[in-house]
Amino acid sequence: MQQEKYLSAAKSLVFLIALIPLAKLAWLGFHNGLGANPIEKITRTTGYWTLTFLMITLAATPLRAISKWSWPVRWRRMLGLFAFFYACLHFLTYLVLDQFFDWGDIVKDIAKRPYITIGFPAFLMLIPLAVTSTNKMVQRLGGKRWKRLHKLVYVIGIAGVIHFWWLVKKDITEPLQFAAVLTALLGFRFVRWWRFR
Amino acid sequence: MPNWKMPKVLTSEITPKDVYRQRREFMRLAAGTALGVALPSHLIAGEKLPTLVKSAYELPDKLTPFEDVTHYNNYYEFGTDKESPAQQAGSLKTRPWTVTVEGEVRNPKVWDIDSLMKLAALEERVYRLRCVEAWSMVIPWVGFPLAELIKRAEPTGNAKFVEFTTLNDPIQMPGVNSPVLDWPYREGLRMDEAMHPLTLLTFGLYGEVLPNQNGAPVRIVVPWKYGFKSAKSIVRIKFMEQMPVSSWMKAGPSEYGFYSNVNPSVDHPRWSQAKERRIGDFFKRPSLPFNGYADQVAQLYSGMDLQKNF
Repeated sequence: MQQEKYLSAAKSLVFLIALIPLAKLAWLGFHNGLGANPIEKITRTTGYWTLTFLMITLAATPLRAISKWSWPVRWRRMLGLFAFFYACLHFLTYLVLDQFFDWGDIVKDIAKRPYITIGFPAFLMLIPLAVTSTNKMVQRLGGKRWKRLHKLVYVIGIAGVIHFWWLVKKDITEPLQFAAVLTALLGFRFVRWWRFR
Repeated sequence: MPNWKMPKVLTSEITPKDVYRQRREFMRLAAGTALGVALPSHLIAGEKLPTLVKSAYELPDKLTPFEDVTHYNNYYEFGTDKESPAQQAGSLKTRPWTVTVEGEVRNPKVWDIDSLMKLAALEERVYRLRCVEAWSMVIPWVGFPLAELIKRAEPTGNAKFVEFTTLNDPIQMPGVNSPVLDWPYREGLRMDEAMHPLTLLTFGLYGEVLPNQNGAPVRIVVPWKYGFKSAKSIVRIKFMEQMPVSSWMKAGPSEYGFYSNVNPSVDHPRWSQAKERRIGDFFKRPSLPFNGYADQVAQLYSGMDLQKNF
């Protein structure tokens, strides 16, 4: 019982911590701290946190398997929704601040710019996962189908890292770091699947 | 002011317009000549440059604030993000500094930076800067045409291209420890581009000695090309017969060509070049062919396929 209380408090704390990147952006925005190219800064920051929360979400299963703790998986939904939350901010920044609803240019971007060609569907794929994240939806879909649908997150993670990789001009240090983390997280699942197949 | 009366000026007292004009011209020339003597040696970043000749190169565009010009930089020798150069370039020592002029020239010479600065009158020129990443600035540079230096070097008939080399010192430049580009940073121009009056050998901006992060102590500025063509912190200017291979051409031959003229109709393979965001603006603006300098430079490329020679 006592432990449940602590875990619930800790979850609330994590919720607040997950809002820090947004709070920091807002604070910088109001204090002229986003630099010479604020739109680029907001795009990069929200994109970075989308990928980071995707990685944290994907870390839940391996962490439970190794530690036998249950909380990583119990927080997973909240963390996944934060990935979706930052992805929405990222997409809205592109739509409103960067392109300002220039649909013609947006369509051209999706068709012609490989990093957007892969990034845009990755964002779209997040939507059904967010929509089906409630308990009710899990029941309606049934555990098996729900699980199968949510395997999409592997594709989204890969597409997200490639999106980042393809957009940087030359220095791929950060995309490489994400790629290494993702490889480890997916590799863990693969090895487990291989051994228990 | 009830006691104040419009002063009467006799027509004879008014300086005739042509005399007045001549005097301005005289002052301009005098300032230029005096400059050679007046320039104190050992100028460091931030110091005001003495009286500059105002040039005809002005723009109606609003200047990009000094803060943005000096804190949003692409200078990979000091890190690959925009903030790093301003934070890290303090370690660059700009004195003593020499620029070696060599290759296909009759007068090769190792120039000391302080005598190089006095070679011609420094003038202020307001140029647009268009980065290949689709953002732009408007910057008041200080320098003189590169042609002044080239004339003194007396290129031979074999000199078809000029190569600029940036300092490559891992102690002063932490970024060169990473293999992100093939160091030293090299850039090049065709001779006629290098001789063009718009091509500026640049020592300052906003009336001050170049801040380190902007390419101190000497860089070139080629306003009709993407920013990366304008090599910073130059230590060598070499005249050659063959087209040099620049660091960016080596890094991505399909993305960065030798010419790299600003061209809204030739996209970077990964992003559009049709528009740009002027730093400080919300809405993007259409990019202009040759960055708006088509009247001055388009003839350099007449007959060339600019889709191929990007």
